[in-house]
Amino acid sequence: MAKHIKTVNKAMLNKTLRTGGCGECPASCQSACKTSCTVGNQVCEHSK
Amino acid sequence: MENKLIHRMNVNGNLAVLDVNSGAVHLIDQMVYDMLGVFDGENDSQVLEALQDKYDKAEMEEVLEDLHGLKEQGLLFSPEFDVPGTFAEEPILKSLCLHVAHDCNLRCGYCFAGTGDFGGKRELMTAETGRKAVDFAIAGSKQRHNLEIDLFGGEPLMNFGVVKEIINYARKREKEANKNIKLTLTTNGTLLNDENIKFLNDNRVMLVLSLDGGKKMHDDMRPFPNKCGSYDAAVRGFKKVIDSRKGRNYYLRGTYTHFSRNFADETLEMLKVGRLISMEPVVGTTEPYVLTEEDLPVLYKEYDKLAAAYLDLRHKGESFDFFHFNVALDNGPCVAKRLAGCGAGHEYYAITPEGDIYPCHQFVGREQYKMGTLDTGVERKDLVKKFRNTHVMTKDACRQCWARFFCSGGCHANADLINGDITIPYEYGCKLQRKRLECAIVLQAILTDEAQAGEEDLRPVIDNFKFQVDGEKK
Repeated sequence: MAKHIKTVNKAMLNKTLRTGGCGECPASCQSACKTSCTVGNQVCEHSK
Repeated sequence: MENKLIHRMNVNGNLAVLDVNSGAVHLIDQMVYDMLGVFDGENDSQVLEALQDKYDKAEMEEVLEDLHGLKEQGLLFSPEFDVPGTFAEEPILKSLCLHVAHDCNLRCGYCFAGTGDFGGKRELMTAETGRKAVDFAIAGSKQRHNLEIDLFGGEPLMNFGVVKEIINYARKREKEANKNIKLTLTTNGTLLNDENIKFLNDNRVMLVLSLDGGKKMHDDMRPFPNKCGSYDAAVRGFKKVIDSRKGRNYYLRGTYTHFSRNFADETLEMLKVGRLISMEPVVGTTEPYVLTEEDLPVLYKEYDKLAAAYLDLRHKGESFDFFHFNVALDNGPCVAKRLAGCGAGHEYYAITPEGDIYPCHQFVGREQYKMGTLDTGVERKDLVKKFRNTHVMTKDACRQCWARFFCSGGCHANADLINGDITIPYEYGCKLQRKRLECAIVLQAILTDEAQAGEEDLRPVIDNFKFQVDGEKK
């Protein structure tokens, strides 16, 4: 497998369908003047 | 045409594929890239036939076996899912943006706030309104421990006395209410001085510092009312405050426009001031600085150029953080968060100097979106419901887009500005968002791969904009 494909992370998104939703992570404004954070620029507060 | 459950990327010749519904990322070679342009998880013979003149059959069969293996492990062609039960119907407030000054000492050419007054009269928030807003935030956050308050303007330091009172009150109330309040202040830097810097540092206030690239680009768009550029005054303040906080706890953020579309070099110019950087596209309708369709290919190349510089400087031990390249591949937010998106209008509100409540700072001044006041609370429950339910699984354009779980549907205010409807995303912004996400995912995949191979771990620390204090664990 290493020859053509290197998997760099594990599936994580669909693993959180039954967990999560605690809302402790920051808001993620995407508009001007706030660095345009998206959810992609964040981590789960419980994983830090 | 690739299958919509996956997305292939090519950034400066580095190839990768994202499994849209699991978030798994794989670095791949050209052969796999080509095969995934045909493969849908089942049609092996079609792949072999389509590429028979280009690749060896036995080698392709080996790869197909690997691809089936990844599919079985849930790392490729993962199926779509429905809105999970963890996405609560009733939102809980997590963030407030306080417009402490509807006034500004600059006259920036692209200011969405109408050079500070948001289309109304120039006004400053009173300490009483600020304290009410803090109480509103604490009450609204219910059982949630973490809460955010942004001090925003115009230029908030034009009302520093009230900023101090609000912060002192917030720090007192957070203890009483057992909350953790993250404070952020956005400033143009020209009014930073020893006194306010000490206060902001002592009170652990994150800073967003507005800087547009190098001196010419900055001065062209960010002049004082007398038309003189503000670069020198801003950078004097920024250097002082960044130095005072040991190069941490801030972001330099800039805006590029049609006139500064070659923004990569300008972004790198900002390294003379600081190493934590964000640079974003301007948004507008008919103004001369608005980005055009002809600008798009140029902008794509600029992101590639910036991505190359980002990697190169990391390898040279001269790392800088570019905010939009900070993507967590392993420990990103849960699906519920990815649906909640920016939170505007349901988890996040803006408060005007008069105490009016809007879905976010960008909506301030758009009267049809006024949701209530600090005295009445949020009255427009219909709007709360609408914002809550306008997410990537309900918007047609987002449902088709590979980037939906990273961007979470884009900016509602931009959708409203451009399309007059928060359910129709601002497509130009989507195009740029997808490009910078491709850069981000590929860059982080490369850095992760290097770290896994035993090389130095050069991945950025993504800390959710948490104020770092000496001796405290990140």
